[in-house]
Amino acid sequence: MSDLDLPTPAASVSQAAFSHAMMDGSAAVPAGLVDPQNASAGRRFAVYRNNIAVSLTEAMHSAFPVIAKLLGKANMDGLAGLYLRAHPPSSPLMMFYGAEFPAFLEAMPQLNHLGYLGDVARLELALRQSYHAADAAPIAPEALADLSEAELLATKVTFAPALQLLRSKWPLCAIWHFNTLADAPTPQAGAQNILITLPEFDPIPQVLSDAGILWITALQEGASIAEAVARATEVEDGFDLVAPLTLLLQGNAIIGLENKG
Amino acid sequence: MLDTAAFKTLPNAPGVGYKPQHFSQIITQADPVQWLEIHAENYMGDGGRPLAQLRHLAEQFAISVHGVGLSIGGEDPLDPSHLARLKHLISWLNPASFSEHLAWSTHDGHFYNDLLPLPYTDATLNRVCDHIDQLQEAIGRKMLLENPSSYLAFAESTWSEPAFLAEISRRTGCGLLLDVNNVFVSASNLDFSPQGYIDDFPLDQVGEIHLGGHDEDEDDAGRPLLIDSHGRAVVDPVWALLDYTLARCGPKPVLIEWDNDVPDWPVLAAEAHRAADALSGLCEKTCATLPCRPLCPHERFGLAHPCRIRVSGGL
Repeated sequence: MSDLDLPTPAASVSQAAFSHAMMDGSAAVPAGLVDPQNASAGRRFAVYRNNIAVSLTEAMHSAFPVIAKLLGKANMDGLAGLYLRAHPPSSPLMMFYGAEFPAFLEAMPQLNHLGYLGDVARLELALRQSYHAADAAPIAPEALADLSEAELLATKVTFAPALQLLRSKWPLCAIWHFNTLADAPTPQAGAQNILITLPEFDPIPQVLSDAGILWITALQEGASIAEAVARATEVEDGFDLVAPLTLLLQGNAIIGLENKG
Repeated sequence: MLDTAAFKTLPNAPGVGYKPQHFSQIITQADPVQWLEIHAENYMGDGGRPLAQLRHLAEQFAISVHGVGLSIGGEDPLDPSHLARLKHLISWLNPASFSEHLAWSTHDGHFYNDLLPLPYTDATLNRVCDHIDQLQEAIGRKMLLENPSSYLAFAESTWSEPAFLAEISRRTGCGLLLDVNNVFVSASNLDFSPQGYIDDFPLDQVGEIHLGGHDEDEDDAGRPLLIDSHGRAVVDPVWALLDYTLARCGPKPVLIEWDNDVPDWPVLAAEAHRAADALSGLCEKTCATLPCRPLCPHERFGLAHPCRIRVSGGL
């Protein structure tokens, strides 16, 4: 039997082969991708390699503007190129791309001297989560003022989905402000906790004390205001809830009250 | 059964791809823009400014939802969670139109954030039709499928692109979104006649036309390689191809896409004005040579014109 006269079937290009060649710039262009003269597509295939690299690098720049500012454009481009190959998006919702970037930064030996980068990236992720969080109507401030002290202490609260908490051993909020506000002071060494609220459409990060973040965390876990104060008092004698409560109210972060008794 | 009669339709007028930086100007000085297109995936967050702006815009404009991430041409099954997100968005927004691409973007759990090409074979035809059936069933209405920009071809393809799209439309009942810039880019890159492509295209299935800018590069042999960049103004030959198309299909909703290096509003509005001119000039250009069509663009735009125009392939 001779197959000499049979036409050669055109090579079939699987999406696995296309993807592999697109993500690995040193891989050969899959046979079966051709130009109008039926020659190998060659450089034409590079359009796809370039599109994905450019679009995902731009996505990383807009997702992590402070990281990009801290590292400079060229370094950010390089890191984004490594990151997009290690962690290509797993969803078409690009608004949430980059979830593994904090750990990725912390695992880069070349960045060991910038230990705060991971937390800065966590803050930028949390700000985006807050920006896209579900809408929820805040309570009226009078709703608390109308309560007796006993009623207030027994109250449990529900927070807006946009509320986010972060703990950092770095002066995280100061670093963020220094890189986003014109007149912000130089960050001083020291740990900072952050509360993110969404008063309207733009998330705002603010510093919380150790006791303040414990108090809000206890409330998130379902404690009453009195129970949460007791937890906070364990780390700060004479803890006063007025400061963190004011931040929550100004940030439209409380959306429900539950009074028992 | 899909009940499409109940939905609003896009007007046969200029629209633009919505960019948040234009929000306040669109609200106050949209002219001549009569409808807006959004990328579905940008409005799949849970709340906040994007959805608040979209709700506001939808009170004033017909909205076209344009998906860029469903991967209809993918070898893998459609992502059920993404289908559910699309269904949710279309359900609460009730847009005038939903469209997606003849392309794939996801494989083996990875999303590549680009519109990737597929060969045109009987096997891919069946797969695309299955996916469109599944989508149209999920969202309860018919979609428009857009022709891609091509930089290369598949040796294994056995269908021409217009015939492939016509057959998809025939089998699934979906309409088509004709991107005239994509036709121009593909025709240049793959060495065919853009007018011939339009002649072969099932224009009676077209529910929307796209226009955008492209970049110019070169392939290995130094031949021009056009890149669909959506980053600049529409070039004159593409405007001419729009005229050629409108003369054959009659007035359609015409969208200006400008997604990268987005200009200030007046620049985008000027492009929309040019699209309005193409739609309103249609009557003069076509009535001399073609029989008349009931709804003439002069009537649409409130201009006096004696003729009753019908364009071949139209009503």
